[in-house]
Amino acid sequence: MVKMQESNTAIQAMDVSFFYGPNQALFNISLDVAPKRVTALIGPSGCGKSTFLRCLNRMNDIIPKTRLTGKVLINGQDIYDAKENIVDLRKQVGMVFQKSNPFPKSIFDNVAYGPRIHKLHDRKRLAEIVEKSLRRAALWDEVKDRLGENAMGLSGGQQQRLCIARALAVDPQILLMDEPASALDPKSTTHIEDLIGELRQDYTIVIVTHNMQQAARVSDTTAFFYEGRLIELGRTKRIFTKPKEKQTEDYITGRFG
Amino acid sequence: MRTDNFMRILLVATASISVLIVALIFLFLGKEAMPFAFEPGIGKLFDSGWVPVSFQEERFGIYPLVAGSSLVTVLAMLISIPLSVVGAIYISEVAQPMEREILKPFIEILASIPSVVLGFFGLLVLAPLVKDVFGLNSGLNALTASLLLALMALPTIITISEDALASVPQSFKQASLALGASELQTIFKVTVPAALPGIMAAIMLGIGRVIGETMAVLMVSGNSAIISFFPLDPIRTMTATIAAEMGEVPFGSHHYQALFWIGLILLFVTFLLNAFSRIILKKYGMAQ
Repeated sequence: MVKMQESNTAIQAMDVSFFYGPNQALFNISLDVAPKRVTALIGPSGCGKSTFLRCLNRMNDIIPKTRLTGKVLINGQDIYDAKENIVDLRKQVGMVFQKSNPFPKSIFDNVAYGPRIHKLHDRKRLAEIVEKSLRRAALWDEVKDRLGENAMGLSGGQQQRLCIARALAVDPQILLMDEPASALDPKSTTHIEDLIGELRQDYTIVIVTHNMQQAARVSDTTAFFYEGRLIELGRTKRIFTKPKEKQTEDYITGRFG
Repeated sequence: MRTDNFMRILLVATASISVLIVALIFLFLGKEAMPFAFEPGIGKLFDSGWVPVSFQEERFGIYPLVAGSSLVTVLAMLISIPLSVVGAIYISEVAQPMEREILKPFIEILASIPSVVLGFFGLLVLAPLVKDVFGLNSGLNALTASLLLALMALPTIITISEDALASVPQSFKQASLALGASELQTIFKVTVPAALPGIMAAIMLGIGRVIGETMAVLMVSGNSAIISFFPLDPIRTMTATIAAEMGEVPFGSHHYQALFWIGLILLFVTFLLNAFSRIILKKYGMAQ
């Protein structure tokens, strides 16, 4: 029974509360994320969805005076356990940010950054990983002839796909995306959404989005957050057609948010 | 509308004053230096000896002075760059907010100590130390001057490098950490490379400060106009030469004109260094 549960959940949040200094941002969140599915976190600004996402790879650790209670299990391991290695965790759980943030380095060096810091220096292997990652991120054909150029010269949409490729290069199982398309034009957004559709076959994806149509288009499961609480969780189709909670309904029908 | 125009003219005039002054300084230095180019001829500056007062032959070769300035500048930078860049990295990236609150004011105080006072410190503390450590007859030499100059360049390089490091977007660091990089890897593989143009500019300005410094080097460098690249020899810099000799030189003499040439060259070098660092800062969008 326990074993089955493990194989059916990639991420298991158990009673997670989170504090910025004296302010509580998350209240007793319990939520299971199925492997190789897309889970969307939606809710109005300040509802805690991004904070929750950042709990999943311990990115909140870098903010001083923050505190988490409860447990987050990834593949059955409590990632907040003192013995847990944060480097291994972040190799397993990649992250794509709201604003594309390529390093001011060449396209190649951006993608190779992760493998290199994890001590891979074999040129042939690096070149393979870079190509594979860029292909997976649907960017290879656009940049294959200019891998040596500075990544800052790419368009916004290309930069974001480069960031996805960079995250994929360390071979994670889980991909966290924090409003990955919110700063992009509609065409680039479509690109990213198509990409998410492809990546779901191999990766567990958790995506925070402001855009409800986007959540409806790309996700299998949707979690609605409001004021630091998980209000409703369910199949995306059901959440958007027959929400059980009044607040969810009000939000998705645009009555607030 | 009329007040607007009036204010505008007033502000433009005020702002132009500093530009005007710089231009006038260039012009004035040029005017005083120029006659030397015709009589005894500019070639005299490229002599190998600086013997401006002599019963036989006056020599105005600036090589020994350029060599002296170069030697102390290079030595000072060799000492100062590693210290100040690492210091800036610590203050900007590693230090706790409390430590930063303590360190930064001290660095600013170091920047505001008058160079004469630092010269005293050099004479009384550094020179005897260098003398004892190396078993010399006198501690007044290029090394002592360099140590003192390195100290003076520290705050310039630290402050500007630290600004450059602090202006590296947080998003770069987050991206690196999210890929599983450690704090240290993030600092040396992302933050420092991204801030490198600013750090380079900081170093340029530090060099400018060192080349232009007069009082402290005059006090501890030993003041002998010889061509030497050995750190334990006494040397004399371009700035110290002007400061030491300008008071006693006959007005309008060749010696007088030669000193102005030195000033002109110094001004030109610092001007280039400043321009260069501004170009670097501007190119990478770091200019304030």
